[in-house]
Amino acid sequence: MANKFTLEEFFEKLKKYNVEELEGVRIEGDLEIEIEPGSGLDANVIQALAALAGYTQLIQEFGNFLYHTSMAFTYLQRLSNALGIQLPVGMAQPAVPAQQIQPAEILEKPRFEIPESLAPARFEPYKVEYPGVIEEVTLGATRADGGTRESVVTIGGERSLAFYNFDAQNPHTPVIAIDIFDRRPMLAKAVREHYEDVLDDPAEWARKAVKDFGADLVTLHLISTDPLLEDTPASEAVKVVEEVLQAVKVPLIIGGSGNKEKDPEVLEKAAEVAEGERVMLASATLDMDWERIGNAAKKHGHVILSWTQMDINNQKTLNRYLLKRVGIERDSLVMDPTTAALGYGLDYAFTNMERIRISGLRGDQDLNFPISSGTTNAWGARESWMIDSPIEGDTPWGPRELRGPIWEIITGMTLALAGVDLFMMMHPGAVAVVKDWMGMLSGAVKESIKDVDAWITMEV
Amino acid sequence: MKVKSPLEVYKFLPQTNCGECGYDTCMSFAAQIIDRSVKPTDCPPLVEKAKTDKKFEKKLNELIELTSPEVAEVVIGTGESAVKIGGEDVLHRHELTFFNPPPFFFDVWDTLDEAQIDERCKKVVEYRKFYVGDYITLEGIAVRCTSNDPEKFRSVAKKVSEYGKPMILISLNPECMRAALEEVADKKPLIYAATEDNWKDFLQLALEFNVPVTLRSKNLDTLKSMAKTFKDAGVKEIVLDPVTEPLGDGLRGTFERVVQLRRTGILGEDKDVAYPIMVTPIAAWLVEGDEVTKGYWEAVIAGTFIVKYADIMIFRNLEQYTVMPSVILRYNIYTDPRTPVQVEPGLREINSPGPEDPVFITTNFALTYYTVESDLSSNNIKGWLLVLDTEGLGVEVSVAGGQFTAAKVKDLIQQTGIEQKVNHKNLVIPGLAARLQGAIEDETGWSVFVGPMDSGRIKGWLEKNWPPESKE
Repeated sequence: MANKFTLEEFFEKLKKYNVEELEGVRIEGDLEIEIEPGSGLDANVIQALAALAGYTQLIQEFGNFLYHTSMAFTYLQRLSNALGIQLPVGMAQPAVPAQQIQPAEILEKPRFEIPESLAPARFEPYKVEYPGVIEEVTLGATRADGGTRESVVTIGGERSLAFYNFDAQNPHTPVIAIDIFDRRPMLAKAVREHYEDVLDDPAEWARKAVKDFGADLVTLHLISTDPLLEDTPASEAVKVVEEVLQAVKVPLIIGGSGNKEKDPEVLEKAAEVAEGERVMLASATLDMDWERIGNAAKKHGHVILSWTQMDINNQKTLNRYLLKRVGIERDSLVMDPTTAALGYGLDYAFTNMERIRISGLRGDQDLNFPISSGTTNAWGARESWMIDSPIEGDTPWGPRELRGPIWEIITGMTLALAGVDLFMMMHPGAVAVVKDWMGMLSGAVKESIKDVDAWITMEV
Repeated sequence: MKVKSPLEVYKFLPQTNCGECGYDTCMSFAAQIIDRSVKPTDCPPLVEKAKTDKKFEKKLNELIELTSPEVAEVVIGTGESAVKIGGEDVLHRHELTFFNPPPFFFDVWDTLDEAQIDERCKKVVEYRKFYVGDYITLEGIAVRCTSNDPEKFRSVAKKVSEYGKPMILISLNPECMRAALEEVADKKPLIYAATEDNWKDFLQLALEFNVPVTLRSKNLDTLKSMAKTFKDAGVKEIVLDPVTEPLGDGLRGTFERVVQLRRTGILGEDKDVAYPIMVTPIAAWLVEGDEVTKGYWEAVIAGTFIVKYADIMIFRNLEQYTVMPSVILRYNIYTDPRTPVQVEPGLREINSPGPEDPVFITTNFALTYYTVESDLSSNNIKGWLLVLDTEGLGVEVSVAGGQFTAAKVKDLIQQTGIEQKVNHKNLVIPGLAARLQGAIEDETGWSVFVGPMDSGRIKGWLEKNWPPESKE
C-alpha cells in the first residue's frame, strides 16, 4: 500500500463508497491547507480546519487544497465524528452553508471575544535572600573615640542589593566625599569655576566642599608629593593634613600622588599626623608596598582603601593580604575596584563591582566590604569637557557646562546601582543630584508627584 | 531560557555532527544555542525531519520552547527601522548578556504646530553620535493626543508616520486611538495604553488592528490580571507599564515595581508578567523647575532604568547634554560582556600630526584604546597611534599571552605605511610592554622607547623624552 494520494482523492474515495463512518482507523501524517482568497470560507471554518488538522494528521501527502473546501468540511466533520474528535463548539453545524457566506466582509471584521471582566490574578513578588552581609565601616572619630570629628560616617552593612530595601532594609545610604588637592590640579572648566577662589588653599577648599556643597567627607589628595611635580617631602606635605583637619569636622580621606615609590612614605606620615581621627588611607595597591601602608593604617587606627584595577580576583588577593598578612580588622577595609567613566569602560566597572557585591552577599568573606568609587574619573571622558565633538558627522554636543555634570551623575548613579557605598566626586551640581536621587531610592524622601498620568496629555 | 547546559540541548539534536549548521559538532551547535547566537531552527536536518516526522517535530517544538527567552519579545514598527524589545534572559549582565537595548521614543503632540512637529521629528531622524566605531541613532517617535480630537490625532499620526520611524501612539481615549490606528496600523505602532478603565476598548483595538499594546497600572495585581486577560483573548504582543513616578517615594516605588516585575518574570517564572517593561522618563517634566532641571531629572530616571530593566522608554528632552549620556549608558550596559570590546586595528591620527610627531602603539582592546586615545587628544598631543590587533586584550595580558609580539608590530608598521608618513623611525611602546623593546627593535629596525605605565603620564614623559636623541 505504498500509493500516495491527495486529500482530494481521499475524499473522492470516501464519497464513492458513501462512507459515513470510519472505525479502527489511525491515520498519521501532516495536513496543510491553503485557502485561495475568495474561496468562500468563513475565517472560523479555517480555524476549525487548522485545529482539527493539529489533532488528526489526516493524510501523508497534502495537496493544494483549494477545491470544495466546504465539501471537505463536511467530510472532516464526518471523519471527526468517526475518530471521536470534537469540533469546536458552534462548528459542528454551521448556520448557513459555507458557500453562501460573504467571505470578504467576515475576514475583515472578525468578531473578538471581549471578556466581561479581568481575569483574576495575584502578583507574588519573587523573594531573594542572601546569606552574607557587607561589613560596616565607620570613618572618622569623635572626641569620645579619641578624635576631633563632629560627625562620623558609617558605610556598608548591606544584606541586599543596592536600594533593594524590599528584600532587606539596608542600614546606610551611600555617602559622598568631595576631592580637594594640595596644589592646583588639572580641572575641567565646569568643575574649576566652582573652586576658583580656593584652589590655592586646601583648608578653605575643604570648608567650601563641606559648608557650601554638602560633602559628607573630604578627600585630600597630596599630589604635590609626586616626584614629577613638586616632589614635596612627605613630612612637609602632611602639614596640609593638619590644616584640613582643623578646617573641617567631617571625616577625612587622604590620598597620595599615585607614585608607587613615594606613596607608602607619604601615607605613613599622614597616618601618623592623623592619629586618632580614623581617616581612610587611599590607597594600598598590589604593585606598591601595600604592607607598609597597611601597617600604617593598623598602627594608627585608620581605615585602608584596597585599590585594584577592575579585576575581581586581584581584589580578593589584595584584600586577603591586607586582612591576613597585615592583620587589618574587618571593620577597617574598603575596596576601590576602579571606576571607569561613562563611555570609557563603565560597563567593566559596573559589572566588576556588581559581581563583587553579589559575591559578598553570597558569603565570600574576601569580598564583603564596602565599595568606594573615584567618580571624578568621569571628567576624563572627552564628552564631559570638550567644547564640541571632534568627529565630523556627530550631532553637535551642546553646552559643555551642562554635559560635564551629567557625565559625573550618570557614572555615579550607575555604580551606585552596582553597590558603591562611598563616592569621591567634584562637581557640586553632580553631588547634589546624586544625593537627592539616592535619598529617594532609599526611602528617605516621602513626597511624590500626585497626578502621574498628567504627562500623557500635557501641552508643554 | 529554561536550559542552562549544552548537554541538555544536545539531547534534542540529531547527534550526527553533519556540520550543515556551520559548526563542526552537534555539541558545539548546542553551546551556541545556550549563548543565544543560534536558534534551534538553524539546524537544517532537525527542521527537515520535523516536516515529515512527528517525533522530530515534537522534539523541535520542545527545544524551541525550552530555549526561548524568559521575557517575551515584541516588535514595534516594520521593515528595517523596526525595533525588537524584551527577549531578556538574565537579571545581571555578567550572567550572560542583555540582548535588546531599550529603544528611545521622543514625544510630539497633536496640538503642537506643524513646524515644531517637523523640527522634533527631524531631530530624532537625524541624530548621530559616533561611538566605538559607529554612529548611535535614535529609534522612534511617540505621538501624544493632547487635543482629545480623533481627527486631529489621526492626521498627526499620519504625518509622523511619514518619517519612517517606529511609533508609539499615546491616548487613553479609545476613539482617538481608533482613528489613528485606521491610518497607521500597518506601520505596527505600539498603542499606549490600556488601563483599568478603558481595557475592553483597547483589547478590541489590539485584536482588531493586530498591534502591540501597552498595559498600564501601578497595581501589579491589576497589571498581571490585564496581561492574563489580553493574552487569553489572543493578544500576543504585550508591554507592561508599571507607571513611572518621577520623584521621592514615587520613584522608589517605581524602582521596586520594575525590579519585582522583571525578577518575578525571570526567577519566579511567572509568565504572566514576563513581558517587556516600559519606563517613561518623560514623567520628569511633571516636576517643578526650569527646562534644564527637568531635562536632568529625565536623564536621571532614564539612567536608573537603563541599568535596571527598562525595555522601552519615552522621552521629552532632545538636548544633546541629556541624550548623549543616555545613549552611551545604554550602549555600555548592553555591550556583550562575553566578548571583549575591540576597536579596528590600524593607524589613528591624533590632533592632525605632522611627520616629526611621535608614533605610539597600543592594543585594540577598546578600553585601553579609548583611554590612550583620549589621554593623547585631551592633552593636545600630536601623534600617530598604531593600534595592534591583540584580539581585544589589554597590554599586560597580551604581552604575556603572545598576542602582542614584535612580529605583529612589524606587520602593522608595514600595513599602515607609517614609514611614509613620518620622517623618523622612533616608536613609543607602553610601559607595560617594556620587555618587548629589544625584540621590536631587532624585528623592525625602529628605535623603540619605553613610555610610561599609564598613558595619563605621556605628556610629562614626552616633555623629557621627545624628540629623542638619535640612537643611530
